[in-house]
Amino acid sequence: MAATDQDVRPVTIPDAPLTRPQLPSWAPVLVAVVALAVAALPVVLLGWSLVAMVVLTVVIFVVALPVWSSSVEGPRKAKDRLASALVWSAFGLAMIPLVTLMWQVISNGVPVLSAEFFTYSMRNIVGEGGGIYHAIIGTVIVTAWAAIISVPIGVMAGVYLIEYGAGSRIARVVTFLVDVMTGIPSIVAGLFAYALFVLFFGPGVRMGIGGAVALSVLMIPIVVRSTEEMLKLVPDELREASYALGVPKWRTITKVVLPTAMAGIVTGVTLAVARVAGETAPLLIIAGDTDSVNFNAFAERMATLPVFIYYSYMQPGIPPEFGQERAWGAALVLIAIVMALNILARFISRRFTPKTGR
Amino acid sequence: MTAVPLDRPATTRRGDSVFKGLATAAAVMILVALAGVGIFLTLEGVPALSAESGALGGKDNIVLYVWPLIYGTLLAAALAILMAAPLSIGLALVISHYAPRRLSKPIGYVIDLLAAVPSVVYGLWGIEFLGPRLGQAYGWLAENLGFLPFFEGPASGSGRTILTAGVVLAVMALPIITAICREIFSQTPVLHQEAALALGATRWEMIRLTVFPYGRSGMISAVMLGMGRALGETMAVAMVLSATGVVTINLISSVNPSTIAANIALGFPEASGIKVNVLIFSGLVLFLITFVVNFLGRLIAGRGQVKEGR
Repeated sequence: MAATDQDVRPVTIPDAPLTRPQLPSWAPVLVAVVALAVAALPVVLLGWSLVAMVVLTVVIFVVALPVWSSSVEGPRKAKDRLASALVWSAFGLAMIPLVTLMWQVISNGVPVLSAEFFTYSMRNIVGEGGGIYHAIIGTVIVTAWAAIISVPIGVMAGVYLIEYGAGSRIARVVTFLVDVMTGIPSIVAGLFAYALFVLFFGPGVRMGIGGAVALSVLMIPIVVRSTEEMLKLVPDELREASYALGVPKWRTITKVVLPTAMAGIVTGVTLAVARVAGETAPLLIIAGDTDSVNFNAFAERMATLPVFIYYSYMQPGIPPEFGQERAWGAALVLIAIVMALNILARFISRRFTPKTGR
Repeated sequence: MTAVPLDRPATTRRGDSVFKGLATAAAVMILVALAGVGIFLTLEGVPALSAESGALGGKDNIVLYVWPLIYGTLLAAALAILMAAPLSIGLALVISHYAPRRLSKPIGYVIDLLAAVPSVVYGLWGIEFLGPRLGQAYGWLAENLGFLPFFEGPASGSGRTILTAGVVLAVMALPIITAICREIFSQTPVLHQEAALALGATRWEMIRLTVFPYGRSGMISAVMLGMGRALGETMAVAMVLSATGVVTINLISSVNPSTIAANIALGFPEASGIKVNVLIFSGLVLFLITFVVNFLGRLIAGRGQVKEGR
């Protein structure tokens, strides 16, 4: 152990005090109030902004409390207080984006919402009006196709990894590649879908099913992962009981193992859907954008919510404010959908997880 | 009588072998898909090697075209990780050790909410909220710290610079790193922690002596995975950054390097012919970079797990 400040020196003086002086419990509050007061001075006198005041308050607090503590309690306590202050300010700093983002989306998005916004497409709309009906339809269709492709593959691959392949070389390779697949950038998945579809349909291909293929590249690893985790939790006693009754392995899996793990798997699938529903880049590349409603995933461009947000904001048309308003409204709807899916997933996992009794 | 038990296993085994075949096929499908990503990108990307300068934005060959993009990608990701890593570790400590137990679960949920926000919404936030505010700060930085090459103005007023893109990427990488770190921190053996406290360690000393050494490999792999996310993130960067495709270490001017992913997203919808191949080639490069980073992250995480086993 190289650090010397942790070494405890043997106490040789017989009447050494057993307690060390300590700051009173209200010391942090006092320092915070003083820091706030000091930071308020330049705001009042020099007209600094409120942001500067908050930053200054935190800086003064982070410096002053450890200094005071170090003069009374010694350096070790001071370091501890410094660490606590820093850790909590990291927490405060991380809350800023979340709070401001939510506030922005809600305050800009709510005024846009109306019956027309949900029931009209953008066909033949210039300037005001129009809506996101076509984009909602597109998002639902593309995401549904992505789920149709990736849920069977993902769940069966998870079953293979736990029930059949456990420990084999191919299972280890697949587990590793699933990990790698989790890290594939979404835009690369979109390029892959494009490169695949170009072979069949020629250059410039855009269709909804391509977006679904790209999204399933992103979705499969999440489904495999959660299936794997859930199947691991199924007690071996259940499998053995089933085998002992003479039930073949595949019936055991479909009738005993999968139903037991079903709640967890459904939760994982819901979370995966929530994740890919917000993906923009792959859909921008392969599904494209359009102003009209398109119900057919196998032909023509298909608008989706994220791509709609992107184009409405970046190419809002003239005058720009209407397009940007629609972008915020669509962003609010998209966040609401994604959050609802997340909450649904939590609900499923809490409500339907079988009690194991342990 | 004796024929029945002999027949039965044969029929059940057929169902078994079909089901096992299906499961194996699904697993192999994943291998095929990943190989397919590599193969199809290579197939469509190779023609870019002979692209003329017209399709390369005036650059003479593909290497000169891709190099500034790689630089921008790595720079943005590095900036993001520099900001996100310490913040996430602090945040993970709040959840695992500092916050009262009743608070730590809701805080965890809130951080997970950050992860659920779609990237295009982060882009909106970056342009509308973060950019203009950071723009003011950049003006101050250019005035007062302009002697440093990073802050050598002229500062961008709209704040749509590579540093802003880095901040947005940091916010996006934060929940991933935090989630993994807090998982690992809370797995630190309670006995280690109690032993440290019993010897008179303060809370910070306890964390430094037990939690950090135990979670070191996990923290590194968490940061690597966050880096993977930051490298591949597309829309937020494409929207926030006003890119000109130069190589510079000036972080706050309106002349910025672009990133591979953002460049593809901005160029692809209007691209045709050989330009598509050029963009797909750059996508292949991005795929390889993220593959290596994720590979290293998993490798480090795996090594950590071996140690835990003992």
